[in-house]
Amino acid sequence: MPKLAHVLARSGPKLSHVPVVFLAVLALAVAVPVLLTAADPLAADPLNALAPPNADHWFGTDHLGRDVLARVVHGARHSLSIGLAASLLAVACGTLLGLAAGLSPKWLDEALARSFDVLSTLPELLLALLVVAITGPGTVNVIFAIAIAQIPNYARVIRAQTFVVRHSGYVEQALTFGRSRLAIIAGHVLPNVLGPIPVLATIGLGQAVIASAGLSFLGMGPQPPAAEWGAMLSEARNYLRVAWWEALFPGLAITLTVVCLTVVGRRPQRRFEGRKP
Amino acid sequence: MIKRLGTALAVLWAAATASYVALLLAPGDTIDILVGDGPDTPEIRTKIITEWGLDRPEFVQYLSYLWRLLHGDLGRSYQLQRGVGEILATQIGPTVQLTLAAAGTGVALAGIIAIVTAGRGRWLRGVTSAAELVSVSVPPFLIGIVLLSVFSFTLGWFPVSGAQGPRALVLPALALGLPVAGVLGQVLRGGLERALEQPFAVTARARGLTERALVARHALRHALIPALTLAGWFTGTLLGGAVITEVLFGRPGLGQVAMQAVTGRDMPVVMAVVLLSAVAYVTISTLLDLAYRVIDPRIRG
Amino acid sequence: MTSLVTVEDLRVSFGPAEVVHGVSLSIEPGECVAIVGESGSGKSVTARTLLGLAGPGSAVQAGTFRVTGRDARAFTTGDWRRLRGRFAGLVLQDALVSLDPLRTVGAEIAEVLALHDVVPRARRADRVAELLDAVGVPEPRTRAGQYPHQLSGGLRQRALIASAIAADPQLIIADEPTTALDVTIQAQILRLLAERRAAGTALLLISHDLAVVAAIADRILVMKDGRIVEEGPAREVLAAPRHDYTRSLLAAVPSATSRATRPAPDLSVQALAGINLTRSYGSRRVVHDVSFALHKGETLGVVGESGSGKTTLARLALALLEPDQGHATLHREPWTQLRERERRPLRPRIQLISQSPLDSFDPRHTVGRLIAEPLRLPRAERFARVLDLLARVGLPPETAALSPRVLSGGQRQRVAIARALGPRPDVLVCDEPVSALDVSIQAQVLDLLADIQAEYGTAIVFISHDLAVVAAIADRVLVMKDGRVVEEGDVEEVFTRPRHPYTQALMAAVPRLELSTL
Repeated sequence: MPKLAHVLARSGPKLSHVPVVFLAVLALAVAVPVLLTAADPLAADPLNALAPPNADHWFGTDHLGRDVLARVVHGARHSLSIGLAASLLAVACGTLLGLAAGLSPKWLDEALARSFDVLSTLPELLLALLVVAITGPGTVNVIFAIAIAQIPNYARVIRAQTFVVRHSGYVEQALTFGRSRLAIIAGHVLPNVLGPIPVLATIGLGQAVIASAGLSFLGMGPQPPAAEWGAMLSEARNYLRVAWWEALFPGLAITLTVVCLTVVGRRPQRRFEGRKP
Repeated sequence: MIKRLGTALAVLWAAATASYVALLLAPGDTIDILVGDGPDTPEIRTKIITEWGLDRPEFVQYLSYLWRLLHGDLGRSYQLQRGVGEILATQIGPTVQLTLAAAGTGVALAGIIAIVTAGRGRWLRGVTSAAELVSVSVPPFLIGIVLLSVFSFTLGWFPVSGAQGPRALVLPALALGLPVAGVLGQVLRGGLERALEQPFAVTARARGLTERALVARHALRHALIPALTLAGWFTGTLLGGAVITEVLFGRPGLGQVAMQAVTGRDMPVVMAVVLLSAVAYVTISTLLDLAYRVIDPRIRG
Repeated sequence: MTSLVTVEDLRVSFGPAEVVHGVSLSIEPGECVAIVGESGSGKSVTARTLLGLAGPGSAVQAGTFRVTGRDARAFTTGDWRRLRGRFAGLVLQDALVSLDPLRTVGAEIAEVLALHDVVPRARRADRVAELLDAVGVPEPRTRAGQYPHQLSGGLRQRALIASAIAADPQLIIADEPTTALDVTIQAQILRLLAERRAAGTALLLISHDLAVVAAIADRILVMKDGRIVEEGPAREVLAAPRHDYTRSLLAAVPSATSRATRPAPDLSVQALAGINLTRSYGSRRVVHDVSFALHKGETLGVVGESGSGKTTLARLALALLEPDQGHATLHREPWTQLRERERRPLRPRIQLISQSPLDSFDPRHTVGRLIAEPLRLPRAERFARVLDLLARVGLPPETAALSPRVLSGGQRQRVAIARALGPRPDVLVCDEPVSALDVSIQAQVLDLLADIQAEYGTAIVFISHDLAVVAAIADRVLVMKDGRVVEEGDVEEVFTRPRHPYTQALMAAVPRLELSTL
């Protein structure tokens, strides 16, 4: 435990905790949004449309008079759950495929690696659009679209990492102890390959949130009137001239979320890399 | 080099096949889509089936699809009833303009950021790495929205939409190029800083070289190597981002075509755009791979 | 004549940490001064400070700091820059990374010519060729167009020296100029530096190896922890060291005397044997028809330069690599011919100690867990055994809870030895086990290995490029070149009366302390 205290002391307790706190608030918004706002995100009030931020509506109202704060808070659930589900799916499939490739005989590894290459030939967004073109718009389809687009990234990283660990000095050393192949895979390869995954996944989650916002922005995600940050921005861009707040707050929400995820993810990544000479 | 070319062709073939499989997977009967809102009689259906060759076995259809692809025939759009190649040809110009401008902007900004800030004081570095962090964390369309509200709506310097003249290109290119500049700038700076710590940099200083000459003659080439490994990401970001940027700025181009095709389930057009981007990707990454070989004699073998 | 460099009370610090504490030295024209010290002694920083290159974030203070008679404390960056290359040239350790790997060696040398305007542009290519020729690079015009990685280690280092002398400096600062080189190449490079000095260039030689500087230094400064602990004419420092640290450095240079105290090997018990072992990678034969026998309590040294096939031989002996032809036996029983499943129960009997222990440790594990891994004991006994093993290699029990990353190089190698001893092996294969360590630490680790052998009768295969180390620990020796054994025999016999020309060349190239005292 002195180690943890040391780390906290060194990184400066105030500034470095901001992202963690923000992500905690976000988690709260996803779990129990009503704790953060009493307003109904779907309740339209056309008489009070495009009202600037005021005491009743801290973030103002949108073109249908809906409370922007409520929509941002409730939107967290859509935006984040798409990103989260897609990331989990991509991490799970990517890890399995990457490990499979890394541990397979050479020909199978080559075949798998080439198929990752082909998949990553397509820009993530186009690949996701392709999936949506086949399956149609909607929350679940967007999750699959983003997951499929992200799988090759994870698979390639995991495959490379597996390769490094398999040829490492410590795996060779474990061989000389007379340990079986299975024991070595379970005892050394898996833990050292899987170790960096949470970090990768945290940063990947940020990218998935961006991707889901992008697809929603193009109208492929959750359909109106559901509150989703990307979709909110898409609607808001028609009112930029008169109601900056309608775009500002969902935009800030996405940006802060991704910034915080990236910062939180990079910190252990730096330490992980820094340990190696 | 021949091996490199072989891989590129294999990737393209695989992309074409994947496209074809996607076409098969697409729900809804192709004939229904082709009939569309037009008159629907059994005779018309039979005519469509023979016209599009839908009565042949799937493998034969696949082969003829490949054969047509090889001859540059991308098929016909279900929606527009025009050759896909023709549609793409009319729309490719603005997209190429946009991506080239964005790539240029991104690379130039990244280079400037890296050279100015490498090895500099904490303050400047802190500011630029914060800026870089934000530029990769903001969805590209949000950058576009911000640019629009500031420079078009508030200041009125640039047109809100369209593709008329170079002024209309400025904001879209910036929106697309900024995230590239953020990532590339970070990588370049890291590469520069690592290079400046290498023993050869010490030797070069010991010859009496100035820091500026050291960066220009030695370190910059080393910094380009890790940047070139990002080629795939770079190309993907530009091609994918182009779709969103075109929609946001109301620019004509392949992105708009792709969006309309996706919404209308116009699979031949979707496939063609996907294939085209695969071609672009393979071409660009092959070129950058060549550049890599030129820069790094160690892998020339 | 004024001194080239005079510094008094030189202090260099990085942030709050001072790494050079009040060093004084002077270099006269044409003289060879050597600074000897182990890693972290501040010798490199001292040398680089003389060129104003102490590094980013450094603060330099000095009572006196004169370069060619001018006060260097008042130098601007421009003043320093004009001196660099012109007044003094710098030669670093490994030319593979000390020359820009992305530029031809000719371009690197020409850069110096251009910077100091030594010869007109049109003459530069000729001058580059002349310089390469002067440092003994054959076909200089072809070589000038090649990249560092295309040249052999020796040629690269010559090219680096050519770039350092291109502007005809009065001083060459050579920081570990031969450390990355094979011993025969090292001798050539030292000869080249000695020639430059004979031609009138002063030389500041930085090394961890007393024997290397003994051959050419006029004066030796011994540095430890940022201070000069002893200085004087080379002859005196080597023959009659006054400071304890110098004495320990001299004593630590492994010499064959320590071998006599060990019990003789038991030649009736054969532990490991290789029979006509051959292995290729692609079309390249890395190990060619190598046979050897190793007995209980015996140490077999395997010496050779880089690329001679030593490490491949170790991997064959450990059955980590299948031989293409031939086989190895363990206790006269089949070993490499077994299937892996059959071999597994036997594996604990032969253990590996590698050059870089950190790479052989799972990065997640503590020392205790690392040592426990090969033990096949009930959980309760395991911990006691780990502590035993730690004690055996001279590490305190608390080490068990630490990550090996926080340990020093010597401590890490002790952990590796403790781990290898765990399964009570009959054979230890040590692949360059002390090459990455400072000399004084080397001696300790070698002593530990010798003690273990005396206590358990372990047979040791000891692979090293360092003849002195092998001479200190081995009973018999194989000399390898290009995958073949060129000479084999009793270590004293081979080292004192080498028969094969290659062994003779190797022996002649070893830097010796005695040379300068002759």
